[in-house]
Amino acid sequence: MIARFPDRRFAGRVARHAFLILTAAFALLPFLWMVSLSLKPPEEIFQADFHLWPTAFHGVENYRVALTAAPMFRFLLNGLLVCTAIFALQLLVCIPCAYALAKLRFRGRDTLFSAVLVGLLLPPQALAIPHFVLLNVFGLLDTYAALILPWAISTFGIFLLRQFFRSIPDEIIHAARLDGLGEFEIIWRIMIPMTAPALAAFGIFSVVAHWNDLFWPLIAVRRAEISTPALGILLFRDDEAGQFLGPLMAGAVIIVAPLLVAFLIAQRRFIDGLAVTTMK
Amino acid sequence: MAKRSGEHGFGWLAVSPALLLLIGLLFGPVAAVVLFSLTDWQLGSLAFHFIGIANFRALFTDPTFWKALSNSLVYAAIVVPGTVLLGLVVALLIEASPGLRGFYRAAHFLPVMSTMSAMAIVWGTMLHPTIGLVNRALGAMGISGVNWLRDERTALLAVALIGIWQGFGFAMVLFVSGLKAVPEQLYDAAAVDGADGVLDRLRYVTLPMLGPVIMFVVILTAKRSFEVFDSVRVLTQGGPNYASEVLLHRFYTESFDFLRMGYGAALTVVYLAIVVLLTLTQARLLERRVHYS
Repeated sequence: MIARFPDRRFAGRVARHAFLILTAAFALLPFLWMVSLSLKPPEEIFQADFHLWPTAFHGVENYRVALTAAPMFRFLLNGLLVCTAIFALQLLVCIPCAYALAKLRFRGRDTLFSAVLVGLLLPPQALAIPHFVLLNVFGLLDTYAALILPWAISTFGIFLLRQFFRSIPDEIIHAARLDGLGEFEIIWRIMIPMTAPALAAFGIFSVVAHWNDLFWPLIAVRRAEISTPALGILLFRDDEAGQFLGPLMAGAVIIVAPLLVAFLIAQRRFIDGLAVTTMK
Repeated sequence: MAKRSGEHGFGWLAVSPALLLLIGLLFGPVAAVVLFSLTDWQLGSLAFHFIGIANFRALFTDPTFWKALSNSLVYAAIVVPGTVLLGLVVALLIEASPGLRGFYRAAHFLPVMSTMSAMAIVWGTMLHPTIGLVNRALGAMGISGVNWLRDERTALLAVALIGIWQGFGFAMVLFVSGLKAVPEQLYDAAAVDGADGVLDRLRYVTLPMLGPVIMFVVILTAKRSFEVFDSVRVLTQGGPNYASEVLLHRFYTESFDFLRMGYGAALTVVYLAIVVLLTLTQARLLERRVHYS
């Protein structure tokens, strides 16, 4: 049927690309705009006619101002440090717990798993006041600890890893025990290698969430020296009072770039990782 | 028997850190929020009194609370259909033929990965009344734009547009993985029954098979729309005149700008109830899907 109407088929293909190019443009436009402005001198930004590519290239100056007026590298480094620490803590806490819930029999296991499921219901923002008070009591506000500690437990991580651990046959674990492996060795030498893709998916989920988070850093810290990227760019904007759009856009590029570059390098991983962790 | 008790011992050893943190960082704090919501406690002061439901009474008689709640609902009413429809159409078109599939997927997914606080600043300049791209484009077409983020009529709409921008690529990805799960034989069977046009295939096979995923994405997007904060904080701070105030931003302002913890806790309880309800619905749907697949 379709083969009899090659024209219609061709028209369909054109319409498909036309629509997708339109929606892709909607998705990409802010990025193009951001990069374009970050390369322009102030007077050109305010000019009546608009060119995507600057007539007078001012990129070097803008990026230099962004990097010197605000501790941009510090923000990125803080983001790296905080995200790594959070994910490491989460793995340390979640892996043994998920293993026990998936593969061991012990009294209270089902109750604990129910508790994990209830924990999944709680949006982290709802716990902001008690977390703030707790950190205040221990004098930890405005420190790295304040950015990291509230996220040490991830019920989502426990749930996700438990699902994947369950898919590993019990026979493998029995055989390992017969070979004299202890439980820690079973986790370290069997469970972790066999579920590496799941751990990577969880890692992507965790890092993306905490790199991009603004809500909690806004509450937990004030100092620029320990700000994460999402908060840092706001501090930079407030300092500059919106007068220097070029450097501000350059700053935004610097903040947004690391995750986007990582994404472009490993697209499949990121997309599948986020899809898997959401659908589980 | 010895083995069983060894398993028991290690089981408890393995879960104890998680259990302690679960109590200390999740369940303790939830209990604390409910408790705080019944007191007049203010941060910095040592004394507090139980005042029953006075915070909730104050909340429910506060017009800004109702404004924030109704704005959150309006925001969801724009963002959910916008995100789901756009995500669905894009997914269907991307999967329709292999041309440029990788590029389209990456391009639409880019906003999902981007740091919202930085991109909100960028959107702020795009929506700027004179130098912004949006009004420049409208001006070129002979339409005079407005000051999108400072106008009571458009502030919430502008923020919702940004919400769709950030989320529809994610909806697209979930739909694409849903589409991959539709068995090819169903299309053959439909063709035998005479349903072989593009729209027939869509109506009789694709959309019914995608039904559970669509429901799932609707709930997920609804949940996320109640969590909107970054764009509001960066761009409008809930203004002008509370036109773009939403629940989570109200909560932040009351608790951490004004330090009215009791009131903020009451707001949390309401917020918690909404999100928990949506999450439960989502879990229900997911459970059903897992059973049938």
